[in-house]
Amino acid sequence: MKDQFVTALAEALEKEVSDVTPQDHFREYEEWDSLAVLSVIAMIKQNYGITIPRKEFDTLTTVEDLYIYIDSHRE
Amino acid sequence: MGAKIDRMAYYLPDSVLSNTDLASINSGWKPEKVEKKVGIRNRHIAKKGETALDLAEQAARELLVNANPDEIDFILFCTQSPEYLLPTSACILQDRLGFRTDIGALDFNLGCSGYIYGLALSKGLINSGLCKKVLLLTGETYSKFLSPDDISNRSIFGDAASATLICHSEDEHLGEFEFGTDGRGADNLIVNNLTARESYHSDSNAKPELFMNGPEIFNFTIDMVPPLVKKVLAKNKLNKDEIDYTILHQANKYILEFLIDLVGLQKDKCHIDMLEYGNTVSNTIPIALKDAIDRGIVHAGDKVLLTGFGVGYSWGSTIITI
Repeated sequence: MKDQFVTALAEALEKEVSDVTPQDHFREYEEWDSLAVLSVIAMIKQNYGITIPRKEFDTLTTVEDLYIYIDSHRE
Repeated sequence: MGAKIDRMAYYLPDSVLSNTDLASINSGWKPEKVEKKVGIRNRHIAKKGETALDLAEQAARELLVNANPDEIDFILFCTQSPEYLLPTSACILQDRLGFRTDIGALDFNLGCSGYIYGLALSKGLINSGLCKKVLLLTGETYSKFLSPDDISNRSIFGDAASATLICHSEDEHLGEFEFGTDGRGADNLIVNNLTARESYHSDSNAKPELFMNGPEIFNFTIDMVPPLVKKVLAKNKLNKDEIDYTILHQANKYILEFLIDLVGLQKDKCHIDMLEYGNTVSNTIPIALKDAIDRGIVHAGDKVLLTGFGVGYSWGSTIITI
């Protein structure tokens, strides 16, 4: 599932899959802007059926953090 | 016995803020991406000294060309940019539009859900026999709450006003309504300075300033809209396939496309057009409805699903018959 998540995240951010690794700080991506945030929220809702409250989202730093959050909350 | 929309008009201020204009303010801002993803190229912006009340007056004048102003029994004005703290903007409109003095007039403060609530209030007034013809106005100038360097909000919001005449009719054209409210989201879209909570008085030249937590509003929207649509369909004893056209609040193209997919609606039967207007808050639904009627997309007898959602949080939905 982690590979699938990385692929989906790369797609949402319009990045090459090879440019996304679990250790990346996703907010530091060049593509990270207000639209990218919406794309990631949409991808997570579509693929995993959850929304991450902003307060909790703000505590997540790396791609792996995102994945761990989703894995422990998904439907 | 029922109520129906008799006619509609809308008014856009003359000044236009284009993507090219915004790109010249901030070189890092990408106009092509905004047009492609957000679906907005231009927004109309009220001039200094031009208010939501002025815009609503223009929309009402256009609506009432060749109409007898004495027929209006009630003015409902939806705005979050009132002319003054007091008096009520709708009272000023009564005078400007030359209406009778034995009519009712009130403002109500709602944003993107406002048009749905306005239709519901109009239906209630008419069906209870309190009056026969309601003038429902929406007018908004969020641009006045945005600082010049707030590019992301300035790229989204546009100013506008609409006017809808709602009349008594033999058949019911305004269907059942579904409402929703969750004040826990109040802080996520707010103008909280120069208010009762803060202070109306200021030593500086401070202006009201709008704050929007976009991601959190998006979270709210995607959690709330699918069940809302489901409930309003059930209340009206209709299924998705029986809806001829759907108009969701035109927040932005990206959000709409995602919602349409999430709800499972047919994209070609859903309105997505804010290219020349931007997000005009309570005006998006009436503008879209009038455009859809004028362009021949929606015809007499069609069932149209209307859904508004946003600031409050507040949401509402209904199904009307054209």
